Amino acid sequence: MYETTFHKASSADDAASKLGAAEEGKLLAGGQTLIPTMKARFASPSDLISLKDASISGICRDGDSVVIGAMTTHAEVASSVDVPAYLAALAGGIGDPAVRHRGTIGGSIANNDPAADYPSACLALGATIRTNQREIAAADYFEGMFETALEEDEVIISVVFPDADKAAYAKFPNPASRYAMVGVFVAQSGGETRVAVTGAGEDGVFRHEGLEAALADSFTENSAASVAVSADGLLSDIHGSSEYRAALITAMAKRAVAAA
Amino acid sequence: MSKISLTVNGRSISKEVSDNTLLVEFIRENLRLTGTHVGCDTSQCGACTVHVDGKSIKSCTMLAVEADGSQITTIEGIANGELHPMQQAFNDNHGLQCGFCTPGMIMAGIDMVNRYKASNKPLDEAAIRGELEGNICRCTGYHNIVRSIADASTKM
Repeated sequence: MYETTFHKASSADDAASKLGAAEEGKLLAGGQTLIPTMKARFASPSDLISLKDASISGICRDGDSVVIGAMTTHAEVASSVDVPAYLAALAGGIGDPAVRHRGTIGGSIANNDPAADYPSACLALGATIRTNQREIAAADYFEGMFETALEEDEVIISVVFPDADKAAYAKFPNPASRYAMVGVFVAQSGGETRVAVTGAGEDGVFRHEGLEAALADSFTENSAASVAVSADGLLSDIHGSSEYRAALITAMAKRAVAAA
Repeated sequence: MSKISLTVNGRSISKEVSDNTLLVEFIRENLRLTGTHVGCDTSQCGACTVHVDGKSIKSCTMLAVEADGSQITTIEGIANGELHPMQQAFNDNHGLQCGFCTPGMIMAGIDMVNRYKASNKPLDEAAIRGELEGNICRCTGYHNIVRSIADASTKM
């Protein structure tokens, strides 16, 4: 790992100002992606600004929504009674127990890895991302692989998830590394049906209109299975071709519908 | 460089460390506690698992400066005059062969038993295998590791 200078931020605004003052600074949340990336020398930030003491952790209910602080770990989300079961299950399936004790929701969505789990929940549940500057609808937030709407010195404070009438997430983990080769989050809320797919798209997480239309019509496994999922625009690598991922989207959509 | 103050196995420690020092480097090279191992060095294998404030974490994927103010327990800190029930269970059930992954297995095992007991959930064989997701053993085929943790869970 290259040399870096470590700072502790006392608040999100403090983090933003330290980030602005740094030559090439990076925010450090749980570090479960950033530290391996730095160890591999794929990233060499001059300064690391830790959000550990920024008081942006914790879970609370706000009417028909759950508000999850950016520095809340996956383990905390997975075991919280305030978090709906479909979201707790997603958090409890990320990485492994030790990773879940460090990794955070804010870190996950700030990084926007194309195989991350949380982005699918944000899109399918119509989440709002609150930052130190504004509120961003999930639909406007995820801009492509590792790309988000966040500005240079913008810090995520929390993510607000409106409760769904029914929802579930199903993923096909990579057999060795366990990240989502394909993950499908289905949600029905107030008559609207959303289906978000992670792990599969060349541009990261996306909503699948065909599955949404079929499931809005009939929320059944057969209905999901009747949709022809195109391989166009899907990832193709040594772990699976785009055609294989298209087939996995159908399979995971069926599992998610059955579990919802 | 930053000065960090933390507790390791009950001992208060204050030391200067480089900001890019990993927690596992600090534990092994500064404190000479070499029971915590570095296996894959990519947060896959779990040989470097230690407890930070009572929770299992991979010390190859955390900076030492992030542990400032924390309580750390390593494999050297769990026996209290006699072996910890998890260590004894690995001994009794032949839960190791080469032993390289064992410190991490034991720290992960203690953490999972503590969590399941705290939330009153049954730690059955399927649960143990799921919880061992982040700990890799290349010798045993896991059967005796699972038996060891199940055995210890009745004695902790």
